[in-house]
Amino acid sequence: MPEKEQTKESVEDRTLKRFHYSNDNAIEKPFNWKQMTRLFGYMKPYAKKLLPLAILGMILATAVRLLAPIMIGSYALDNIIEEGDLNFLWIIVGVLVVMYLIQWIGNAIRIYYMNKVGQHVIFDLRKALFDHIQRLSHRFFDQRSAGSILVRVTNDVNSLQDLFTNGVINLLMDVIMLFGIIFLLFMISPELTLAIMIILPIMFLISTKLRRKIRRSWQDVRIKQSMINSHLNESIQGIRVTQSYTQENENIGFFRKMNQENYEAWRNATQKNAIFRPFVEMSGAVGTAILLWYGVFLIQAESISIGDFLTFAIFIGMFWEPISRLGQVYNQLLVGMASSERIFEFLDERPSVPEKPKAKKLKDINGEIVFENVEFAYDEDRKALKGIDLTMHAGQTVALVGHTGSGKTTIVNLITRFYDPTKGKVTIDGNDLRDITLDSLREKVSIVLQDTFIFSGTIMDNIRFGRPSATDEEVKEAARMVGADKFISQLKNGYETEVEERGNILSVGERQLLSFARALLADPKILILDEATASIDTETEQVIQEALKKLLKGRTAIMIAHRLSTIREADNIIVLEHGNILEQGNHDELMKEKGEYYKLVKAQFKVLDVG
Amino acid sequence: MNTFKRLREFYLPYKRYFFISIFMLLLVTAFTLVYPIILQVTIDYIVLDQNYYLVPYVAIGFLVITALKGVAVYFHQYLGELFGIQSVYKLRNALYRKLQFLPFRYYDNARTGDLMSRLTADVEGFRFFLSNGFAQLINLTLLVTMSMGIMIYYSPRLALFTLAAMPFLIVTVYRFDKKVHPAFRSIRKSLANMNTKVQENISGMNTVKSLSKEEFEIGRFDDKNNDYKDKFIYTSRIWAKFFPVMELIGNICVVMLLGYGGWLVIDGQLTPGVLGLFVSLIWYIIGPLMNLGFIVNMFSQSKASGERLLQVLDENEDIFDETGVIEVDRLAGHVEFNNVTHRYDTEEELALKNITFDAPPGKTIGLIGATGSGKTSITQLISRFYEPSRGEILIDGHPLKDYSLKSVRHNIGVVLQESFLFSSSIKDNISYGSPEASMERIIDAAKRAQAHDFIMELPNGYDTILGERGMGLSGGQKQRIAIARSICIDPSILILDDATSAVDMETEAKIQAAFNEVMKGRTTFIIAHRISSLMHADEIIVLDNGEIVERGTHEDLLNNAGQYRSIYDIQFKDRNMFLQEMK
Repeated sequence: MPEKEQTKESVEDRTLKRFHYSNDNAIEKPFNWKQMTRLFGYMKPYAKKLLPLAILGMILATAVRLLAPIMIGSYALDNIIEEGDLNFLWIIVGVLVVMYLIQWIGNAIRIYYMNKVGQHVIFDLRKALFDHIQRLSHRFFDQRSAGSILVRVTNDVNSLQDLFTNGVINLLMDVIMLFGIIFLLFMISPELTLAIMIILPIMFLISTKLRRKIRRSWQDVRIKQSMINSHLNESIQGIRVTQSYTQENENIGFFRKMNQENYEAWRNATQKNAIFRPFVEMSGAVGTAILLWYGVFLIQAESISIGDFLTFAIFIGMFWEPISRLGQVYNQLLVGMASSERIFEFLDERPSVPEKPKAKKLKDINGEIVFENVEFAYDEDRKALKGIDLTMHAGQTVALVGHTGSGKTTIVNLITRFYDPTKGKVTIDGNDLRDITLDSLREKVSIVLQDTFIFSGTIMDNIRFGRPSATDEEVKEAARMVGADKFISQLKNGYETEVEERGNILSVGERQLLSFARALLADPKILILDEATASIDTETEQVIQEALKKLLKGRTAIMIAHRLSTIREADNIIVLEHGNILEQGNHDELMKEKGEYYKLVKAQFKVLDVG
Repeated sequence: MNTFKRLREFYLPYKRYFFISIFMLLLVTAFTLVYPIILQVTIDYIVLDQNYYLVPYVAIGFLVITALKGVAVYFHQYLGELFGIQSVYKLRNALYRKLQFLPFRYYDNARTGDLMSRLTADVEGFRFFLSNGFAQLINLTLLVTMSMGIMIYYSPRLALFTLAAMPFLIVTVYRFDKKVHPAFRSIRKSLANMNTKVQENISGMNTVKSLSKEEFEIGRFDDKNNDYKDKFIYTSRIWAKFFPVMELIGNICVVMLLGYGGWLVIDGQLTPGVLGLFVSLIWYIIGPLMNLGFIVNMFSQSKASGERLLQVLDENEDIFDETGVIEVDRLAGHVEFNNVTHRYDTEEELALKNITFDAPPGKTIGLIGATGSGKTSITQLISRFYEPSRGEILIDGHPLKDYSLKSVRHNIGVVLQESFLFSSSIKDNISYGSPEASMERIIDAAKRAQAHDFIMELPNGYDTILGERGMGLSGGQKQRIAIARSICIDPSILILDDATSAVDMETEAKIQAAFNEVMKGRTTFIIAHRISSLMHADEIIVLDNGEIVERGTHEDLLNNAGQYRSIYDIQFKDRNMFLQEMK
């Protein structure tokens, strides 16, 4: 049946288009002077120390490169062929040896110091970027994926490396070379120089136009390549799903098509690329042919010597190098434009919770938190809190209860000043949070997240993250207090066990215990806790409950709680809905009221009943 | 060479590209060497002997030769590259195919990063050698020997004299390469360290900010950033030390040539043209020799790459369809385990010990026990991701091995704790297991998984493309899409492996409701920590260390006063307290 055939066809069609990958590569941007000045401003600190040395080395080496052909052609070979003065020959040989020694030193200086300048600039730029990112507020991180931030700190900065280490000096060197060669040739024979200069525009054209075409086609290859990589990565990570659903053959089909496209782009690029060298050589050959024809004519006319003729021959061979490199520098600039634009975009980002210049330090506090008519909106039209008035007394445990999106997390985010309220104010012991330094605030306020982040390093390092000055003993003490030492001592190397971000060495419950130890070590006056929702095996669960009691002692604690057993122990329970406080009071009071809390508790058990 | 021999199936089919490319290379070398000879002829016969009428012929001849050389260069380069990329195309397809069929056993011990570097860097290393390496090696040998040959032909004395400097060059190149490669490796390593640091910092930004450790992080990053800079500067020092020396040796060669050759010319023992010839030929020897280290290094690297690729290609696909398997469209879903014992290759202890149970079609089996007790092993054996070490697994009365893999797996829907979604549209994610599914079927699956409503709220609905790792959706939403995916294939067996543990209570309620709907008429295996998730199962199996310690219905087990009962007591403490208050 023809109809059935068609559906089969379209199924294959669908699987061939099943995955989508975007491309995040730096593509070149038009030239922009202002941005360029700003970028090169990063070289300023080295303009007086390292850069002059590099330039000196470059000038020495370039001077030798320019003068050596004349020495060889117009003097040495000319003498050998025409005069045959042996003594003069030895002198020239001696001079040449000295010149090449100078070139050697010059090059060594140039390479070393220019790399040094370049790497310092890259270091500074990367540091500026990283430091700036640390100061940016949560809003910034909400809007971007970790990957896109990573790319700027690493790839975008790296792509400027070539520009700073080689590009700048090459630009200078090549301009000197090019004009130097033309000038010297002109000195020897203006008419022959003019005749040969015809090839320069051709060479420039090849170096820019043809090269750009080639570059574009390579870019196409790179984009396809990076998509292949994305797919490979994903298909390895999702292999269990693929095999569960027996989609191996369908995916092979998809990959084959992707691979084929990459192959074709590649072949196209290679084809274009292979034209390049023949064109370059041909343009050089035209120059040499002109030299032969016209040069020999000039020798006949005795307007130039045989030595001069040979000097010309050597110089023609040297034309291409600076022109080609100038083309490369130009490309580096265009790519640099794109990268620096992306880097500056981050650097120009202002923190949304700025610190006032006269912000004071938060000294010893009791830990009373007050919300006065606080409103907050993540977006213009999405109010997360609507006029909250709230007092959390020092030393109390406060439980925040409500559905997802009711405003629990927002309240917590305002206390840690991850965001500032849109209206109203939040105070601690009467200090408006906007008037105190962020550091001193966060020293007093610790937050234990549900999804605790484990840094690569030892267990010891991870706990110590709460207070870097803590001694090993203090770290172990904190772990003992929260009951984490039991599982730690069972690990291969105890506290020295290396853990990784996604390493499966630690279970969810164990991570939670680690973060408790971390918080205990930081010893904050105010503790914020996002209770884990993930099911943890029953044994660990009990350890966590015990640890919690110890952790809360003597602190103002705010909990985003999910378990009734934790909620009912709280001194004050705040029930939120759509950014408003519905009710507050302790468990017994609220149960008596038979309001929203009562319903919530009942509903939770219903879930359990249905199972 | 053995490595290259064993990989020959990937490049041998394209050998004609290679041979034509090499033939073209021979032409290129020949034409290249003509240039110095033309120079010699021009100086000696035309200029010095004043045969000026020959100039046009020489000039035109020169242009023609360059044009011919250009053509040869083009084909040499293009076909050489083509040889490499054709082989890579074939190699990549083979590798991808292999990856699709490698068993779970392999992936249990493989790291994504390591595999990725084999698939990218090693494939590239291998290609680079195919495309350029062979040819460069041949080019180098040809150019150097032929240049020397020509030199010796024209003047053995002068040739010997100039070549005297070559050993110095070779020693310098050798020492340079020995130093610069470890230095480059250290740069790469340092860069990787730095990247890891940044990645970690950004992923852990919430933790950093809440503990106010920005300065501390800046300090730690500075170390890495500094290390990278220092490694780079150290490398550039090696570069600055050796590279100009190589250049100097080359230049000194020319000067010596000029001095000694000039003396011979003046003495009348040599023509000026031959001297010119020597001066241009010498760079054909020095240039390639400076590259020698690079080529040798490339060769050893691509050999190592080839070995790493072979390791992947040689891996056993130990689970596959044997001959004469049955193809079944739909299974009834009757699962039986008879004395099944299983041990994972890399572990010493048994994961499962003599497991026996019977799950009739449509019934629900609950599996509970501590982490590592063997719950997941049971379900993975049902899907035949591993073969049991001993014992027998039957589906609908036939051994599992009698069915084709597709028949078995197409009848099993699996939802795991953390669901992996692909970078595809939501529609394609749901229909991942059955690409032929109609839109109605997809929507129906989504509705039954309680996912339809939130999908419709997305700007592009079912056509919304999910980012890598399904970013942009909450854990609960991803989980519901995964559930929709599992029922879209309409399985007769459903495996829910801790499927609701990573979502909050509210979402759990929704997902539970979805489960109740989709479990109807399917044999279901529920793995959970929470008793509430599996208390209604027809049979609950309590596992400990790979053994069944208790089994029965919820009520049976409560009366048993065993492990199950104590877990129940802890988990239902709240509820019982609440119930008392209500009274």
